[in-house]
Amino acid sequence: MNEVCFKNLDKENPASFATYEANGGYKVWRKILNGELTPDEIISELKTSGLRGRGGAGFPTGLKWSFMPRNQEGQKYVVCNSDEGEPGTCHDRDILRYNPHSVIEGMAIAGFVMNATVGYNYIRGEFMEPYYRFEEALKDAYKAGLLGKNIQDSAISYDLYTHLGAGAYICGEETALLESLEGKKGQPRFKPPFPANVGLFGKPTTINNTETFASVPEILSRGGQWFADLGVENSGGTKCFSVTGNVKNPSNFEVPMGTPFSKLLELAGGLKEGRKLKAVIPGGSSTPLLPAETAMNMTMDYDSIATAGSMLGAGSVIVMDDTTCMVKTLTRLAHFYYDESCGQCTPCREGTGWLYRMLQRIIDGNGQEEDLDLLLSVGEKIMGNTICALGDAAATPVESFIKHFREEFEYYIQNGKSMVEEQHNLIEEAASV
Amino acid sequence: MISNEAKKEIDFWVSKYPEGRKSSAVMQALTIVQKENGGSLNPDLINEVADYLEMPVISVQEVATFYENYNHKPVGKHVVRFCHNISCMLNGSDELISYLEDKLEVKTGQVSKDGLVSVKKVECLGACVGGPMCQIGDQYYEHLTKEKLDNILEDLT
Repeated sequence: MNEVCFKNLDKENPASFATYEANGGYKVWRKILNGELTPDEIISELKTSGLRGRGGAGFPTGLKWSFMPRNQEGQKYVVCNSDEGEPGTCHDRDILRYNPHSVIEGMAIAGFVMNATVGYNYIRGEFMEPYYRFEEALKDAYKAGLLGKNIQDSAISYDLYTHLGAGAYICGEETALLESLEGKKGQPRFKPPFPANVGLFGKPTTINNTETFASVPEILSRGGQWFADLGVENSGGTKCFSVTGNVKNPSNFEVPMGTPFSKLLELAGGLKEGRKLKAVIPGGSSTPLLPAETAMNMTMDYDSIATAGSMLGAGSVIVMDDTTCMVKTLTRLAHFYYDESCGQCTPCREGTGWLYRMLQRIIDGNGQEEDLDLLLSVGEKIMGNTICALGDAAATPVESFIKHFREEFEYYIQNGKSMVEEQHNLIEEAASV
Repeated sequence: MISNEAKKEIDFWVSKYPEGRKSSAVMQALTIVQKENGGSLNPDLINEVADYLEMPVISVQEVATFYENYNHKPVGKHVVRFCHNISCMLNGSDELISYLEDKLEVKTGQVSKDGLVSVKKVECLGACVGGPMCQIGDQYYEHLTKEKLDNILEDLT
């Protein structure tokens, strides 16, 4: 546990330059500055490591980096996506707070590989503590002579800046993030062209998530094979998981890919006394919900979760016990997507509103029998018909919640109240008699 | 009016971006002038930011209305931004929000009578392992309970 991104977590002042350096930090960057590593060697090592984009899409990082036209003339950029906002996800916040130098080193290495001399770390506007922590780390890295122009006479230059958001989930989508960095509304761009060709300010750009960058120095320091062997086939290395919801000790854990879900649940203290596991969302609110039994049989890696019918996503494990009302929970998620739709594509802008209003109508006791099929139909019409994945993300929970817990929705429509809360009240009444 | 101090702060952000890309600093510029103005924006301030960054007013207006963190009506001296998304909800955020509303005699979106506090329900703030949680100013308050909320409110002056 805690072998890569969280490896300094138990040390004193884990975020400090001294702690980072004493534990092997900036070793790889210094090697690069001494001319001992080439971009091709780095890309090849990353490919061996099996590192996949940790922000949710899971695209192989080595491959992504190889797409950058590094020999093209003109400015190129490296951008870090620290706009963490997927409901249930908060491990990038801890990386920024407790291991900011790994992100700086990872971004600098990326700059070298892509031949980019400028990087931006886009941090969500609410993350002020992580922002200050990261800024302080930046200052120390400059002071140590590890960033700037012609660093230590190596002919390598790299300047790194932070950018702060202002509250918009959609900016976690990479092209929306670029728009936002340019000072516009965060509305996703059509792809192609991909950011590797036309990115920030129209220049070739590589965007990776915080955890992805933070993993790079350790991978290059200990070898791609070492990292790959920590995990399982197709899912190399460790992954940070946020385990939240109805568990005794919600927390962030960095564990090897392939760790059984049941083990992760145990790490989080298990369920509260007398409660039973009902369902799990394994990868953040945009990934399909799984019933308890399926979840208990899966391991935390890309393939196993896909086989179980969901996605690893951002590694945000939301645990629900038997007191959870699925109708109310889904309504809250529907409200989120309705609130956060950027409004660019009609199916998402209108559809997310329809989903939310229909669910709220059920909760208000005005649900109609045909509402469930209508909900599914609206979801289907959003799916695949929008520029970015937010539309799909809004429809996904609707589909999976109704698929696995349809009787709860039917009960709510017929009785105007929650089946789970009714049962729970009866149990409590019986206990108090 | 944007103060000279605020302009200096905005200039710091402008300096991070390439020549001719001042507009990249618009989000921070709005954040800075909003803070200076007691927590909310108004059309005059939006015009001034546009002027200062040499942007069309409509582009600044778009940004100011797109992002959640800009307020267009006066807010309390302190804004309690309470997360009500899934992980916090599963740990009782709704109950705490109601408690807060009752205690302050406000509804979410309103300002308390003495102008000290306003309450806002917000979407995921990315501190899910600490839910239920809220943000006041730059700070996050996690693992909230009624008692903790009482203490936090007491400290707000």
